[in-house]
This record gives sequence, structure tokens and C-alpha cells, in this order.
Amino acid sequence: MSSVAAAIMGFAGGIVGGLLGVGGGVLFVPALVIFMDETQVRAEATSLLAIVPVALVAVWRQLGYGNVRVRDGLVIGALSPIGVGIGVVTSNSIPQRALELTFAALALLIAAQLVIRALRPRPDAQEESA
Amino acid sequence: MASRTLKLAAIGTAGGAFSGLLGVGGGSVIVPLLIVWLGYGAREATGTSLMAIVVIAAVAVTLQAFYGNVDPPNAALVGIPAIGGAVAGTALQQRIPERMISLLFAGLLVVIAGKLILS
Repeated sequence: MSSVAAAIMGFAGGIVGGLLGVGGGVLFVPALVIFMDETQVRAEATSLLAIVPVALVAVWRQLGYGNVRVRDGLVIGALSPIGVGIGVVTSNSIPQRALELTFAALALLIAAQLVIRALRPRPDAQEESA
Repeated sequence: MASRTLKLAAIGTAGGAFSGLLGVGGGSVIVPLLIVWLGYGAREATGTSLMAIVVIAAVAVTLQAFYGNVDPPNAALVGIPAIGGAVAGTALQQRIPERMISLLFAGLLVVIAGKLILS
């Protein structure tokens, strides 16, 4: 029964991932913690494994829609292992609470930026560039 | 051009760090930075983010596997239905205005922040 709930939450995570360009971990992690009794650390690591095929399929769809700047995506992806290494080592050595609060503050700042930009009158806001 | 590449590198490093730290795939950092910092349209930002996430998540999960933290059966349990969700989500995205995508993304960030604060 809880497996069904986790699978449904996984499906919802895929929708959020495809719609907003994230992997879906925002729903995969709580699905694994709440319904499959994973610890937070295991749920986050397991979520990463689920994200790989989900992001592959989503990027394949977005390539078809013409929304992927391949070179830029590869540059970001290629440089990220440096950050991942820093992140994984750090997450295993400093208090999770400090990480959570730091990221929460950053997320709120960035959200405010996005809202300000989205509501600013800009005639080119709907424009699609190639 | 060089400074643009530097910005992409900085976005990649930041996205990777949060992926390794919080298991969120990095997209929650990459998408808004591409929009706010490099002037991407919201659709392009999400599509390009997904390309980077493939690489980032693959590297991060490999490192986490060394700590023995990965559970493949449970990854399949959420990941396989999520593939169908991703196809639906990308199709839905083509039908809504870019500003709506940005506002939805801001909502996602508020949810993430709330979860982190309350956890």
C-alpha cells in the first residue's frame, strides 16, 4: 500500500521535474522517507539514482521541443562534479540542520528574484530565442 | 564569451554542490540562475538544466554509492512512474506562458525552503 503511494508520488515528481526542469527529488525524497521508511541520507542518495533516467527522458523530450542549449548544459554538467564532490564530502561531515537552513534562505532569495522578474513589464518576456 | 563560460562554470559548481548536499539534482539552483544571471527564457532554462542534471545526478549517485547510501529497488519504485510524469510535465510546459513557468518555479522554491525550515 505504501509502495503504491510512493509510486504515485514518484509520478508527481516526474511531472514537476518535466514542467520545471528539476530532477524530481523534491518529491522523490519525501516519498522514500514517508512511505518506504528510508533515512534522509539514504532517501537523498536513492533519489539521485531515480533522477538519472527521469532527467534523460525529460531532456530528450525538451530537445524535441527545441528548448535545450546543448553546449551550455554540457558545460554546467561537466563542471558540476567539482561541486558535487564538495557537496557530498560536506554533507557527510557538517550538521544537516545548518545545510537545510542555509539552502532555505538562498531558495527564498532566488524565489523573490524570479517573482520580481516575472511581474516586471517586459515586452520581450514571451519571446523564444534559439 | 569567456565571462559567460565562467558563469556557466559557477552555475555548474553551485548546482553540483547542492545536488551532493541535498539530493535535489541541482535544478533548483540551475534554472533560476540561468534565468536571472544569463537571461534565459524559462523554457530554455528548464530544458538546459535537465541536460546538466543527467550528468550531475550520475556523478552524485556514484559518489553516494561509495557511502553505501543507494537503494536501487526503491529508486525504481519512484523513478519508473516518474518517467511517465516527466513526459507529461514537459508536454504541459509547452502549453503555458513563460512567466507562469517562472512563477511556478518560485512557488517550488518556497515549498523547498518551507520543507527545509520545518524539517
